Amino acid sequence: MAERLLEVRGLKVHFATEDGLVRAVDGVDFELDRGEVLGIVGESGSGKSVTALTILGLTRGVNARFEGEVLYKGRDLLKLREEELQSIRGNEIAMIFQDPMTSLNPVYTVGDQIVEGILAHNDSMAKRQAKARAAELLRGVGIPNPERRVDDYPHQFSGGMRQRAMIAMALANNPDVLIADEPTTALDVTIQAQIIELIDRLKDEFNSSVILITHDLGVVAEIADEIQVMYAGRVVERGATRPIFYDPQMPYTWGLLGSIPRLDKPKTERLHSIKGAPPSLINLPRGCMFRPRCPHAFDKCFEEPALENRVEEPGHLDRCWLSVEDKRDLREATIHGELSAA
Amino acid sequence: MSSNGTPLVEVQHLKKYFPIKKGMLQREVARVHAVDDVTFSVQKGETLGLVGESGCGKSTLGRTIVRLLEPTEGEIRFEGRDITGLGRRQLRPLRRDMQMVFQDPYASLNPRKRVGSIIGDPLKIHEIGTQAERKRRVQELLEIVGLSPEHYNRFPHEFSGGQRQRIGVARALALRPKLIVADEPVSALDVSIQSQILNLLSELQDEFNLTYMFIAHDLGVVRHVSDRIAVMYLGKLVEVSPAEELYQRPIMPYTEALLSAVPIPDPDLARRRERIVLEGDVPSPIDPPSGCRFHPRCRYATDICAKVEPPLTDYEGHLAACHHPLNVSREEALHAEASVHTPFSAPEDATPTEPAGKESHPVPEKTPRSG
Amino acid sequence: MAAFIVRRAIGAVIVLFFVSVITFLIFIVVPGGDPAERMAGKNATDENIANIRKTWGFDQPVYMQYAKMMQKVFTGDLISYSTQQNVTQEIKRGLPATFSLAIGAAIIWLSFGVLVGVISAVTAGRWSDRTITILALVGISMPVFWLGILARYYLGPEKLGLFPDGQYVPLTQNPIEWFYHLILPWFVLAVLFIGFYGRVLRSNILDSINEDYVRTARAKGLSPRAVLRRHVLRNSLIPIVTLFALDFAGVLGGGAILTETVFDLNGVGQFAARSVRNLDLPPIMAVTLLGAFFIVTFNALVDFFYAYLDPRIRPS
Repeated sequence: MAERLLEVRGLKVHFATEDGLVRAVDGVDFELDRGEVLGIVGESGSGKSVTALTILGLTRGVNARFEGEVLYKGRDLLKLREEELQSIRGNEIAMIFQDPMTSLNPVYTVGDQIVEGILAHNDSMAKRQAKARAAELLRGVGIPNPERRVDDYPHQFSGGMRQRAMIAMALANNPDVLIADEPTTALDVTIQAQIIELIDRLKDEFNSSVILITHDLGVVAEIADEIQVMYAGRVVERGATRPIFYDPQMPYTWGLLGSIPRLDKPKTERLHSIKGAPPSLINLPRGCMFRPRCPHAFDKCFEEPALENRVEEPGHLDRCWLSVEDKRDLREATIHGELSAA
Repeated sequence: MSSNGTPLVEVQHLKKYFPIKKGMLQREVARVHAVDDVTFSVQKGETLGLVGESGCGKSTLGRTIVRLLEPTEGEIRFEGRDITGLGRRQLRPLRRDMQMVFQDPYASLNPRKRVGSIIGDPLKIHEIGTQAERKRRVQELLEIVGLSPEHYNRFPHEFSGGQRQRIGVARALALRPKLIVADEPVSALDVSIQSQILNLLSELQDEFNLTYMFIAHDLGVVRHVSDRIAVMYLGKLVEVSPAEELYQRPIMPYTEALLSAVPIPDPDLARRRERIVLEGDVPSPIDPPSGCRFHPRCRYATDICAKVEPPLTDYEGHLAACHHPLNVSREEALHAEASVHTPFSAPEDATPTEPAGKESHPVPEKTPRSG
Repeated sequence: MAAFIVRRAIGAVIVLFFVSVITFLIFIVVPGGDPAERMAGKNATDENIANIRKTWGFDQPVYMQYAKMMQKVFTGDLISYSTQQNVTQEIKRGLPATFSLAIGAAIIWLSFGVLVGVISAVTAGRWSDRTITILALVGISMPVFWLGILARYYLGPEKLGLFPDGQYVPLTQNPIEWFYHLILPWFVLAVLFIGFYGRVLRSNILDSINEDYVRTARAKGLSPRAVLRRHVLRNSLIPIVTLFALDFAGVLGGGAILTETVFDLNGVGQFAARSVRNLDLPPIMAVTLLGAFFIVTFNALVDFFYAYLDPRIRPS
């Protein structure tokens, strides 16, 4: 029985702003077990990043209001004091961010920044020892010449190498959970492949669990065990990876899958695209959040569906009123579109 | 590959080098070989996809063609006319015919200008129409790209990334150009918005008879819009092919690797396929590797690859520069002509000594391991 | 490194050359500047004036006069038109006061400016920040001469008698009196800069706090103090360095004219002010060149220091 590391229950994160209350996260539940890779997928504004930042308490501020629980090994992170959270950040739960160029301080060497993270949680360690460990970590993420590179500045690394260095920094204290917030979005597709492979390898080496956040379902297909699709601050579909890809239940998920240009299928005349844009988090639509953009919406959709298991596969949850049979018919057309005329 | 009349854009042996200067007198000590002898053409109405990793020179090539950068050597022809050395004044009317759409929708729009002004300024600069006529045209353009005419007076920061990119497209369309060079126009967008913009670009091409050069690092993205695709590596063209054929039959191992890097939203297939993950980074264009520039990262490389640069060889309309071309049968290899595009010598030097054609598919399966 | 120094040295010479030419030309053009007439005094005859012109070489062509003057600058033989004193000596006499004023005020304005900026930024939006902002704006708005005169009058012997009535006491003569006499001038001069630096630093810090690398530092588990010290401040202080270098250079070169005059410190600045009133070119030329020299030198030092502070600028 795998150890349950993280349990999020009814998480809500609201920000009071001049324009109104921004409901960035509005009722999210999920669990993360040891060794598991959870992919959280959604567009900009879906609340996926805010969820991740909230786990580490990085969204706390005068205007932020929280509800629900974030249980890490039984302790509710939302209720911890700042000092207690500090000992967890970078130590038991670590995070890497989207743009490695801006996420590293340009005036300190990469080595110094890794050492900083190590010493913050190991004050008895000697600096020299920490630096040696930093070089080892760089070697572990595939950076050649790590002893020399440890004294280089971020701008002396290429984009892919910088992201590897960030991963090294995050894993420095053997965290149980690694949260990767859009780690590949700013990188070339060839480097994306490298980074995903790296994360896959390291999670086994360090026996960590991973929360991988992205807007691209293609990125998580290979390494995720469980996938959660978020929209307008809620989870709209969740399940193991295969059911999500082979039996998706939400029209939104169909939209996301259809938007990806595929190499393994024949070319279509038009790429499927979801019309419109994600809703304002201040003025949310009535009923199902996706209703205004859903090509299959009907009158029941003015009532918001609960996140429930409506299919045979247990653990596959969704928020859609359409019957399973209707969905099967509609789905093919949406995801694969009409074939090209030529 | 038939050419119907004069191509819209022709590039011959184009080079763009950036000098690196050091010392008190700022002497040139090295050069960045951003674009290193590139030859190709673009037919009217087609979309040429230009693909490669960061640093391969694709953006530099796009900008040099529209003369945003000055070419170091070589020739550029637009509608048959040599525009390489034209001065600013002569270039001006040409600028109406060639436009660019840029990558970063957050950086390429002036945050202090209103949308109406951003889109309308090109008209103003080229003295087209009266102020009222210009305003009408801008509102028309806003509708064409899927925005509302009421957005005329708004500022860029009031829009999302996808909408800003639409504004960029509207600006490019304002002067009714013949050629649009789109430099990674969807790389900075969410995948769901990417598809909106790609569809928009396709529709606009049909409606306005546009010719596109579509620059990207993702072969998946260009598939949808391109008629032909050119693959660049460290300043050189390494493969040029009609679009679908590139995906069915990649010849250059680099292309094979690029295809392999495209994520596939199908877990079983993704885990089964053989991912060719290239080691390391693209080497520096200041001091490119000898021979075939890709050889240090190529899994099939042999001695000749490090010594001799392979010419761009024509395999029945599909060009590739490789000593060990994939997916090419022995007969095809023997009959292949050295393409007129190369400055190098006859095909005899290029014929591989071992049986040609390791088979490879865009989605190769892993060989199952026993036990 | 050597290339850097040589390049900046050549640049400095060129700048100083242009400064001297422009200063000289201004005097040719400005009305009422005929030195011969002024020197001759009220009841001068034309003959007197012509004689003076000859002795001083005012009848020579402009470029000759310029060349002669520059020669005198280098040999230290510049003579003031109005006082007939040696300019170099006069400047030397005023330097201790000016330097004392500049260095003391600089220490005060830098430390308080940073302190005020940090407090203001860290407590942004709360009453401490608002109070500091208001005080800073008041400080920036108060003219130095107005504040100085008020301070000298109300805090000096006339009223409260807390401080001496201006004047400068050399450090070697009496350190305690030196200090005591400089307190008011230091603070009066510093007030303006404290307000300004505090505002600039506050703005830089607030920008820095939103940087991605600060978020990374927090995510690593660093304490807020460590984040502030090592990541926020380090990057926010960089622009302050440039400002400080130029302001300090200006004051060193005699730029604190108002403060020196109000407190009767008889430094280089006050000397310069007097010379301008008398349209006395040689001292003006000397002081201007001195000031320009300091600014050019400090500019180069800042650029050099920048490379130390920001590794992206270092030549690789």
